[in-house]
Amino acid sequence: MTPQTSDHALQVIDLKKSFGGLVVTQNVSMAIRPGERRLIIGPNGAGKTTLFNQISGDMRPNSGRIKLFGTDVTQLAPYKRAHFGLSRTYQIITLFSGDTLEHNITLGLLGLRPSRWQMWRPLSFYGDLATEARRTLDTVGLLHLAEHPVSDIAYGEKRRVELAMALAQKPRLLLLDEPLAGLSNTERAQVKAQIASIPRETAVIMIEHDMDTALDLAETVTLLNYGRVIVDGDRDSVIADERTHEVYLGA
Amino acid sequence: MKWIGVALIAGSFLLPPFFAGDFYINLASQILIAAIFALSLNLLVGFGGMTSLGHASYLGVAAYISALLTSRYGFGHGTAAIISIAGTTAMAACFGVIALRATGLGFLMITLALSQVLWGLAYRMSNVTNGDNGIAGLTRPMPFGISLDSAVSFYWFALVVAIFAFLMMAVFVSSAFGSSLRGVRDQPRRMAALGFNPWMIRWITFTYAGFWGGVSGLLYVYYHKYIHPTSLSTTSSAEALLGVIAGGSGTLGGPVVGAALVLLLKNYASAYIERWNMLLGAVFLFIVLVMPTGIVPAISKLSNVLRRGSR
Repeated sequence: MTPQTSDHALQVIDLKKSFGGLVVTQNVSMAIRPGERRLIIGPNGAGKTTLFNQISGDMRPNSGRIKLFGTDVTQLAPYKRAHFGLSRTYQIITLFSGDTLEHNITLGLLGLRPSRWQMWRPLSFYGDLATEARRTLDTVGLLHLAEHPVSDIAYGEKRRVELAMALAQKPRLLLLDEPLAGLSNTERAQVKAQIASIPRETAVIMIEHDMDTALDLAETVTLLNYGRVIVDGDRDSVIADERTHEVYLGA
Repeated sequence: MKWIGVALIAGSFLLPPFFAGDFYINLASQILIAAIFALSLNLLVGFGGMTSLGHASYLGVAAYISALLTSRYGFGHGTAAIISIAGTTAMAACFGVIALRATGLGFLMITLALSQVLWGLAYRMSNVTNGDNGIAGLTRPMPFGISLDSAVSFYWFALVVAIFAFLMMAVFVSSAFGSSLRGVRDQPRRMAALGFNPWMIRWITFTYAGFWGGVSGLLYVYYHKYIHPTSLSTTSSAEALLGVIAGGSGTLGGPVVGAALVLLLKNYASAYIERWNMLLGAVFLFIVLVMPTGIVPAISKLSNVLRRGSR
């Protein structure tokens, strides 16, 4: 491992993925520094979520490499990548709807601990997990709903549980897939504040269409179109670039 | 309300030996054995979301191993029991590796196919298994020198094993691991993203369920003192699955109630109606239509409604 590579939280090198004849990721390369705030934009079908799925391991690329903190994880199963400090949220709510909010967050905490293999001690005896789950719920303003099942709460609240579940894991790299989608203006402001307050040791990559909010959070921006990186760089230069206007903003 | 239920259940298990005749006590023993079997299947179906149609493999193989070792190779019951359970668990571990390559319908078909292979072997390898004649003339063990030949003594033995099995499986599903198992059932992709290994969680559960399936098989062969290939048949697997679904999959009480229901129907209805299977089908249809989540969840829902109504 050269020092150069470990300078990055994530390196995507020449990634390719196609479904039959449809190429969804074409020679995508990108590098994220630890603590960086990166926004990924692009029209629908540009391959943003597919890129996330390859980084998290839900999909295997046809070729190319993915490195997390200097380690090549291209062939690793998703659960192993989580143990490298990678967390993600989903565009479509993926929660345990029959369970309470507290239980949902507890699962997030449990996933990275050896006690997840415990077959003897009831989960309810892990007071420290419950305390931490409640603390995380408090940071997203949902502590008062801790005992409610996820199926009982509103959509905007579910989005915040998604975020809380990922944050509870204290990831070093966090992938947020449209964290603001479908939220009201008030909720948008709340979630924005929560994303802004993510500790600086966590690198964040975010897919988001709400440019007004997302650009405030981003330091760097990548524009994808037809599975290709069109423009890549710091926020202001990408926004000023005429290709960005042509492909995305101008539309 | 909850304690009334607990008292009723405890009473129905503790009282039979004191007033019931041998026929009913034997029936109760059979229910206990079927309950352990259904509970172990429920670990897969209800808590793991792995619907298996081949669970009779573990019951049958454990029973056959014990029967062969004690009747043909002169093993004592203790050694035979240990070898039989260990062998069955190892077999479950191997079958798990094969079956868990798939989920859903694929998993169901693989478990069905594997159990059909064993059933075929039991039928055709007649020099070992005695084929369609089955293995008869078996004996019951004598734990601590106590004879289990009477209906009552066997019932107590089966009850002790069943309570132990129930508690072990209850601890398993309420543990941290049990929570991971339910998580993998509901959102496998999310669980993997959170750092859980879905395959390993399913495989461990599969093996554990095979272990308890083997325990129920041992009791089965002790009870009947006879073993026949039908114990390995798809009907045997399907009856247990019906019991689990009718009683309420994913609950601890459901499989016990469901197993009791199937056995009672089998024993009572078959005395009056020749085609008792038809009646079982009709009852099952009724349960699925009226109580889609099963008897136990439906009753607890009803009692919640009544309690709220009485306030």
